[in-house]
Amino acid sequence: MGHTVNNGVNVDALLAAREALKKAPAAGEFTWRASCKWLNGTHARSTVQGFRGLGEEQSHKSEFSFDTDHPQVFASEDNGATPVEVVLVGLASCLTAGVAAVAQNRGIQLRSVEARLEGKMNIAGILGIDGDVRNGYDNIKVTFHVDADASKKDIEALVAQSQKRSAVFDIITNPTNVTVEVV
Amino acid sequence: MSRVLTEHSIDHVVLERGEVANSWRQERWDSLRLLTPNWLSRLPGYAYAGPDPDGFMSLPEIVEFIAAFAAGTSAPVRTQTAVSSVRSIEGGYQVTTEHGEIRCRALVLATGANNSPRVPDLQRSVPQAVHCLTTFSYRNPQLLPSGGVLVVGAAATGVQLADEIHRSGRPVTLCVGEHVRLPRSYRGRDILWWMENSGVWNQRYDQIEDLERARRLPSPQLVGTPGHCTLELNTLSGAGVEIVGKLAAVRDGRALFSGGLANQFALADLKMERLLDTFDSWARERNSDGEVGPIERYSPTQMPQSTRLSLDLRSGEIRTIVWATGYRPDYRWLNVPVLTPKGELRHDGGVITDAPGMYALGLPVLRRRKSTFINGAEADVRDLAQHLAGYLASCRSP
Repeated sequence: MGHTVNNGVNVDALLAAREALKKAPAAGEFTWRASCKWLNGTHARSTVQGFRGLGEEQSHKSEFSFDTDHPQVFASEDNGATPVEVVLVGLASCLTAGVAAVAQNRGIQLRSVEARLEGKMNIAGILGIDGDVRNGYDNIKVTFHVDADASKKDIEALVAQSQKRSAVFDIITNPTNVTVEVV
Repeated sequence: MSRVLTEHSIDHVVLERGEVANSWRQERWDSLRLLTPNWLSRLPGYAYAGPDPDGFMSLPEIVEFIAAFAAGTSAPVRTQTAVSSVRSIEGGYQVTTEHGEIRCRALVLATGANNSPRVPDLQRSVPQAVHCLTTFSYRNPQLLPSGGVLVVGAAATGVQLADEIHRSGRPVTLCVGEHVRLPRSYRGRDILWWMENSGVWNQRYDQIEDLERARRLPSPQLVGTPGHCTLELNTLSGAGVEIVGKLAAVRDGRALFSGGLANQFALADLKMERLLDTFDSWARERNSDGEVGPIERYSPTQMPQSTRLSLDLRSGEIRTIVWATGYRPDYRWLNVPVLTPKGELRHDGGVITDAPGMYALGLPVLRRRKSTFINGAEADVRDLAQHLAGYLASCRSP
């Protein structure tokens, strides 16, 4: 079934990893990292390179860099996307990658996958104007357009399964402990 | 199993810590009825013979049914005989009971998977003023304080209790995570008629692609009522039960719910639809389209306009929490290394391969999808009794 379908996902490797990790669970403990340097105003530069997993330190093949800032309507310089938009990027990309992986596993050939995200937020929260308004998103809407060799139901099931196994979906929809210290 | 061992002329005893049908007598709630229609209540050589084959037995009727079966088969049951230890010895097992020791060549664990309620660790963070109980200790809504009730868990028990507690006049908030949605009736037949006749229930454990997942599935949202009603989340929310996402944390006295509720609805609706597609294909293949009504499909589970992501457990809004969060087996007395690191029994279709002569019954998808249902017992029992008989014979031959 999966032989003629190619979405570019090495599902065999993932399935093999799954089996190997069942026998050696400690290897599944990963630590992802990011560093951030303030530049000026609300402009900061974050970098990602090293992470830990499979029992040892790992590295991306190059350092990835992300400039973030606030837009001009916030009286800022707009040198990069806002942090809250980066969160939408995280969700979109995690769900999209998941759609590809699940499609590969289910023998569904994808032709195109596009997602559009909208996060609604009332800035009275972050501006401290109204204590009843939260800082974060009131809701996030994700709209997928998927062109694939599959029925509408099968595509809906793909997208549902992607959410079920998505790290960022979990991070956003469920509470996560965050501790911050100053050294 | 006892009945079938008798057929094989295998000498045995059945040890029961209480009375026959103990769990039904002691550990269930007053209004409980079987999820399975009475015509499905079949045990070896015994079946429901009452006046309502399409109905659902009540708790006292279930107890009577099982007790009568035990009496009728003259099962060698030793009641009030709790087991405190099982260990391996030369040639078999040593069983320590409150009335003395027993040595046996083979052993069948029929204690099931539902010995203790499973309650999430976050229960410790629930404010003291909130009354907490599990489905083990819950009996009926009148025994609860008046005021709001948070029901955590939306498998069969959770939705049933949410419904009856709501009808008692107490506001109910129901936390919903992964769940299995099913209509009670489909195309004019009980949904379990379809499960049984289409062969879905008979699917063997060694033919199921993701067996671990199948064994972990929550019980379907079904109830047995005289009206054969479908107990679905749309009905509950229509009646005024507040549906929220899975209880994810309790922080500073606030219950926090998952924001992923919409996808849980989607997953359950899609899964139900796949099952109904399977049933329709089966009906078409065997030309049953005349025996059953026209194809039906149901409204998607509606997402409320806005769902709460949190609830203040200190405000007094919630006076009671009912943990309908499942059960786990208790193997503390089993001193034989046959458990996984997570405390589950390691078995191959009920044969405990690490302990020759030891078997298990009544676990989820033990050998077939219907293994945990009354009508599923016989097939599993016959398979395992055969294996056991073969094992005993091989012990005897040099």
